[in-house]
This record gives sequence, structure tokens and C-alpha cells, in this order.
Amino acid sequence: MKNALGISGLILDEPFLWERGKKGRMGMSLPKSDVPESPLSDELVGDGPDFPDLSEVEVVRHYTHLSTWNFGVDTGLYPLGSCTMKYNPKTNERQASLPGFAQAHPLLPAGLSQGVLKIMHDLQIYLAEVTGMPAVSLQPAAGAHGELTGMLLFYAWHQKNNQTRTKILIPDTAHGTNPASAALCGFQSIPLASNANGILSPRDVKALMDEDTAGIMVTNPNTLGLFETHIKEIADIVHAKGGLVYADGANMNAVMGMVDMAQLGVDVLHLNLHKTFSTPHGGGGPGSGPVCVTEDLEPFLPVPRVVAVKNGFELSEDFPESIGKVHAFYGNFGIQIRAYAYILSMGKDLKTASQLAVLNANYIKESLRDTYHLAYDQTCMHECVFTDKHQQEYKVSTLDIAKRLIDYGFHPPTIYFPLVVQGALMMEPTETESKEDIDRFINTLKAISKEAEENPELLLQAPTRTKVRRLDETAAARKPCLAG
Amino acid sequence: MRYLPHTQADIDSMLEKIGVESLDALFASIPADCRRQTDLNLPEAMTEWELNSHMGRLADQMAVCPESRVFVGAGSYDHYIPEVIKQLVGRSEFYTAYTPYQPEISQGTLQAIYEYQTLITRLLGLDVANASMYDGASGLAEALLMAIRVTRCNKVAVSRLIHPLYRRVIQTYFAPTGFEVVELPMTAAGKTDLSGIDDLESFAGIAVQSPNYFGCIEDHQALGDTIHTAKKTLFIVGFTEPLAYGLLKNPGSLGADVACGEGQSLGIPRSFGGPGLGIFAARKAYMRAMPGRLVGKTQDIEGKRGFVLTLSTREQHIRREKATSNICSNQGLCATAAAMYMATVGGTGIRKLAQINHDKAAYLQNALVDAGFEIPFATPVFNEFVVKFPQGFDATYKKMLDKNIVAGLPLEKDYPELSDHYVMCVTETMDKPDMDLLVEEVAA
Repeated sequence: MKNALGISGLILDEPFLWERGKKGRMGMSLPKSDVPESPLSDELVGDGPDFPDLSEVEVVRHYTHLSTWNFGVDTGLYPLGSCTMKYNPKTNERQASLPGFAQAHPLLPAGLSQGVLKIMHDLQIYLAEVTGMPAVSLQPAAGAHGELTGMLLFYAWHQKNNQTRTKILIPDTAHGTNPASAALCGFQSIPLASNANGILSPRDVKALMDEDTAGIMVTNPNTLGLFETHIKEIADIVHAKGGLVYADGANMNAVMGMVDMAQLGVDVLHLNLHKTFSTPHGGGGPGSGPVCVTEDLEPFLPVPRVVAVKNGFELSEDFPESIGKVHAFYGNFGIQIRAYAYILSMGKDLKTASQLAVLNANYIKESLRDTYHLAYDQTCMHECVFTDKHQQEYKVSTLDIAKRLIDYGFHPPTIYFPLVVQGALMMEPTETESKEDIDRFINTLKAISKEAEENPELLLQAPTRTKVRRLDETAAARKPCLAG
Repeated sequence: MRYLPHTQADIDSMLEKIGVESLDALFASIPADCRRQTDLNLPEAMTEWELNSHMGRLADQMAVCPESRVFVGAGSYDHYIPEVIKQLVGRSEFYTAYTPYQPEISQGTLQAIYEYQTLITRLLGLDVANASMYDGASGLAEALLMAIRVTRCNKVAVSRLIHPLYRRVIQTYFAPTGFEVVELPMTAAGKTDLSGIDDLESFAGIAVQSPNYFGCIEDHQALGDTIHTAKKTLFIVGFTEPLAYGLLKNPGSLGADVACGEGQSLGIPRSFGGPGLGIFAARKAYMRAMPGRLVGKTQDIEGKRGFVLTLSTREQHIRREKATSNICSNQGLCATAAAMYMATVGGTGIRKLAQINHDKAAYLQNALVDAGFEIPFATPVFNEFVVKFPQGFDATYKKMLDKNIVAGLPLEKDYPELSDHYVMCVTETMDKPDMDLLVEEVAA
């Protein structure tokens, strides 16, 4: 393909940290001591950790080299489905690093921490407004942590009603963390199959929902990128049996300003600030997974909670029915600031962001429908799911297509997920990608399909332009080497 | 809006390709009764410059150095963070990447985490460390759950000298499980008292914290020897101040099976309590039972060294409800920052820095004793300690707050029998004049 983004550059190799340096070097300006030395007894003192001694320059070179082996959103299109890899605004980083926030001790008296309390208070109000849910806790540190918090809320709610419910319904289009989160609260997952249209049927829910079931965990829009059209009816069925509805809001980027989650019958919803609200993923975290709940469930939210009082805000523990604490302090506050800055920068354009995210996904879907097999042929939300069905006859698979995309300078989509689709390629472009970049991505995927037909070896060997080529994951797991 | 690149012409031509009339028509699959009826009621969008002013005003309402002197640690510590760490962790190739699912274009993250895992095993004297947990508290809760999984005993014991907020997180995690959490009392010297436990065998794990919430260094060796008289029981050592292990004997060498705690001290800003870093390390025997991501070394098809996420059959996306944990996103960038910090301070430096922390704490402790105050627990400490002030000290404490001096953290709320006891912290950032001022003020 002509004018491909991915061309090879100079890649510098880099040894391990401990293969660099010399004993006696120091990369940090050690503070002077202005007090007498006070040795601890020999019984307590050890030899000190076997860390290398590096100069400041060596540390800088080391990590600069490593960084060039990575691909981030700032590098290019990152259409990882269900991960919402939108642009991470630079101003958000600035705000989070302001000394007043970055250096704040979490146990300061309220009088000395009004700035952060106001941010937490207002962010909760904004998230309540965007979701339509009346009450919010910012304490969960990630999406799965929000799910766990949600399941703890379910447990507490049923316990208050003197009920022990042992099961929970989890659709096959849910995120993988859902069953694991439910299991931590002792709920047995009851799998719920989606129908031929990729969504849930009220009839199937009705058949499984009973008074032993705590409720349902729905991802809406689901991991096929489809809106659960029958959500209200499903919620009614679950509520009629005394159950609760949990919505995994990881895909909230599709519907900001478009739906009201409380109106859908949702009782608990978690958000991923590191998806919908533009905070960075950091190569794995930190994230932030606030939970939003109905008035009925509000008394159970984690403590402490920020409350408005005369002359400002304070943290209150005065919620006797609370499930307690899920984080030592108040969650990943540094991430909450970034989301707050994003909402203040976007204002009502949050709705536009959702509209454009859905536009970009549908544009990809329509542009590639003749090239790749579309798992479910209908208007999608923020992501669309293709498969490798057409390319299989050339003996190439989803994995090979993904790896070839790397050579062309794109991050691959999510692959082999959701599990209900064989050989899934799940694409979520997000709203921050321009039409030109999306066109380039589309043309690249078309070129790859042609390569599959004419020269499949190009796919099977890919990637070839990266620092390393395909890695032996089986050997890594068989004989784990986890430290040097 | 500067983050949204679409021109009207782009939107029109894309809608035409899709074959719908309007942006709204893309949402036709959402039933009318599920649609939001009102506009978003949010403040009008701010410009970049308005946002800077707004945030600046809020930041100015916070008590931070150098205007204030906060003598509080208790799980969140004020240490110098070299500029290189801020700059390197701010390289967007690191911070704008996702979890490294595509290893060929994630080797930077993967090698950085592999190096983090390695440095943590060296710091704590254990065989394997994971890629991080949410924080010290959730890490400890998950360590106790792991102990229950591997031993199949349904009871754990937790020292009363573990950070009270960590113990509350453990309670929350354990509430729906039906497993029992027994609280271990403390001795008059401010250390964990195991003597009341006569059925060690029935415990899946026993957790202490060292240095503990009072700053006292626990006697690991004796605790470990006692705990290991029971064949299966895991000895879990928690911590909130990992810098202590720059100086102290590490938990692994003293018999710990698991060491887990908060790593914020290692180059991560306090940020009102998060994001921090849940550190989790264990003996090799528990590798496959551990929660969290693990990075392993391997080779590519040409024999070149490379790294991948490994042992993922433990994890939620493969094992679903049978996973060792539900954790997915972790604190990866904080782990990267911690590795950068450990590399920057180095083996020689961490020892010196840890010694300075101890020296400063000892200086303040002595100065308070000289001023007539009581140090109630006669146990060696690292950079935190408890002081007992005279009855009615809270009035002085409040007066000092007005001068932006936070004279430690009162213990009475969590330890009702310890009225007028305060836990104090000093690190390398606290100068002698600051400490002298504190002594002067508390004595006034």
C-alpha cells in the first residue's frame, strides 16, 4: 500500500536497569541532613535492596528508549473496542499536577482542603446529570472496582430486606470482569444468551429471573455495540421479582445526553472515567470507576461522602447503612480532577462527543461491510464488530489481520471479544478521530484484505516493523520468568 | 470544540455514506421512552484559559508546603519527587497507552513493568511481584482472600495496628463472603500481640503491618516463627511506608509469605490519597494463586528478548467467575513511576534517604521528650511515632491549624483508649527549623 503510515525508523535497544550504572552513582539530589545521625540497632537493619546505582542521565535515556517502543493515543488511531481510547487532553494533566492538588494530604482537616472537596462534590453532580442517576460515589479506583462496589450494594440492599440471594444473571455480551466481580460477593453467575439480533430478549430474562436471583448485570450499549432495546421491559421483570439492575457503563461514550439511565430502570451504574471522560489509561491504569445509584440505594454508598455544609464542604461518615470503604482514601482523586477538567472544557458538547463517536463507528461499519463480515448487520452505537469469516479461506485469521495493521501504523482493534462472535474484530474509533484518519484506517483494512487474498504470508509474518516480532506466549506461561 | 475534529462537511459526507439523514437518526435503535428528554444541564464550556484560572483558585484553597507544615503520614507521605520522574512518566507513549494487549507495540510498558516487578522483589525479599493493585488497602484485602483460597481455611487474623482505614476496606471486602476476620490486640510496647491465639492452624493468614500504624517496627522474625509453627498459615506483612525497607531487614528474609502495601512513597504525589500504588509480592509457591496482572519474559520468533502479559488463565477475562480476582485496570503508570523512582534513588541512595528519614524522626522525638512530652511506646520506629500530649491538647492543636501547622493525627477516634495520643510523621522534606517550630508551638 502506498503512503502507509508505518515505516521503519531507528529503534535503540536498551538493557535492563540493573545492567546499566555503576555502584556509587546517584540519580537523585539527596537532601542534606541538618540533624544528628541516629543509627537503628543492627538487629533491625538489613543490607538494603539490591538496586542499581544510575546517574540521572542514565535513567532518562533508559526510559526514553523504552517509551519509543510503545504506541499510545498520542501516536495514532487506537480503535480498541470497549476501551474508548479517545484523546487525553493535555490541560487535564496540567490541572492534576497543580501543587495544591498533587501535594494534598488525604487526611487534612476539611478547612484545609476545600479545593479538592469542591471538585469531588461538583464532579458527582456532573456525573449524576450526565447519567440521570441521582447519587454518585467516586471511591472505586477502576471499572471492575466499581462493579465490585455495585455488587456489594446489591448484597447490602437484599440483606436489608432480609433476603439472601445467591445468583445473578450475566449476559454473554457482558464484560469479562462482571462474573468475577459478582463472584467476590458470593453470587453465582447465571449466563444469559443474547438473541439472534445480538441483544437480550425479555422472554429469556423472565425464564431465568427468580426470587433467588439478586438481579442482572447488563452492559448497555452492549459489547456488540448495540443498544439493549428491551432494557425497560427487562428492568421491570427483574424488579418484579425483587431484583436489581446493574448497568456496566463502560460504553457510556455512546449515549451521553441521549439516554437517562434511571429512566431505563437502572439501579446501579458504574462509569469508567478513563474511557468516557478522557482520562489516560497509563498503560494499564490508574483508572477511576465511580458508581451512580438511585435514591433507594444511596444510603448504602461507600463512606466518607462529600457533603455541602454551611460555608463549604466536608467529608461525612454519618451514613449508618453504608457498605463501608472500598479504598483507603477517596479513590483515584488525581484521575477525578482530569475528568472534572474535561467536563468543564466540554460542557454541553459531551452530547456532541457521543454523536460523533457513533457517527465514526457507523462510518467504519458502512465502509468496510463489503470487505469484512459484519457480525450483526444493524446500526451500531460507538463500536462495530466484524469477523475474519471472509478472510479465513485464505488461511489468515483475526490475529493476522490485527498484526498486519500494526505494520501500517495503527493500533489493532480489540480481538476475539466479545466471545459470542467467532474471530471478532471490535472497532471503537471514538469521536476524536478525524475523517481523514478514519479513511486511512479503512483503506488500510481494505488493502490488508487484498493482501490476504494475494499474499497471505505478509499477514502471517506480521508485524515486521516493530522492535520485536510475534512473541512466544506459551513459553512465557509454561516457564514463567517474572523477575530478573 | 478543539478535541472534536469534524467539520460540517465531514459530518454530511459521513452521514451520506451511512445513509441516514441526521446525527439523531443514528440513535434510532434507542426506543423513544428511553430517550433523554432534556438537554444536559452543565456549566457552559470553559476555554483553556478560563479553566486554568478556575483550577488555580481551587488549588489555592489547599494546605500544601511550603505555606503549611503537615506532620502527618498515616499512609500518605511527603517525599521529594525528582523532576525526571514527572518528565519521564509524562511521556505520552507511556501514559496514553492501554493495557499491553498487543505486546509488539507495548514493549516499553512491558519492560518497565517487568523491571518494576523485579525491583519490588528485591525491595521486599520475595520471589514474585504483580503489576500492581489499586492501593495498599485493597491489596491487603486481596492477600487475605488469596490465603483463604490456598489454605481452604475460612478465618484470617488482622493486627489492630494495621492502618484503621485498611482494616475497614478488609471488612467491606469480607462482608458478603461469610469468612471470619479476627482482630489481634497490641502489646504495651505498640506491637502486635499473638499470644492470645491458640488455634493458629485454623487461620488462613495472619496479617500485620510494619512499620505499623503507630510507626513501630514489628518483630517479624518472632511473629513469622510463631505463625509458621502452623503448617499452612500464611504470614502476610503489610506496609504503608515502603521506604523503610531501604534501611530495615526486608519482610521476605524474616519469613513473610506475602508482603503487600502502599507504594505512594516511591515517587508518586499524594494527590489527596490517590492514585497511589498497591504493591503485592509473594513467595513463588503462590504465583498462580495471585491476583492481578503479571509480565513475563519470553522470546519472539527470531529469538529476540521480549515481554508479554502472562499467566492470564488466573484472570477474569479468561476464567470469569473462577478468576483469582476481578481486577482489570490496575495502577500501571504509578508502578512505572515507582520503578523510575527506585532507579533514580538507587541502591546507595535509598539507604541514605531512609536513614535521613529515621534521623529526622528521632530528632523530633527527642526534642518532644526534652520539651516534657511522653513517647508512650518504647519500640524503635522509622519515620513515624506516637506522642502523648497533656490533656486538653486539642485546643492547641486547633490553634496550630490556624497557622497551617498540622501537629500529627489524633489516635482517639480509632483507638478510644488513647486520648491525647497523636501519630506524627517527618520525612526528608522537613527541616530542623520546621520541627523546632512545631515543638515550640505544642509547648506554648
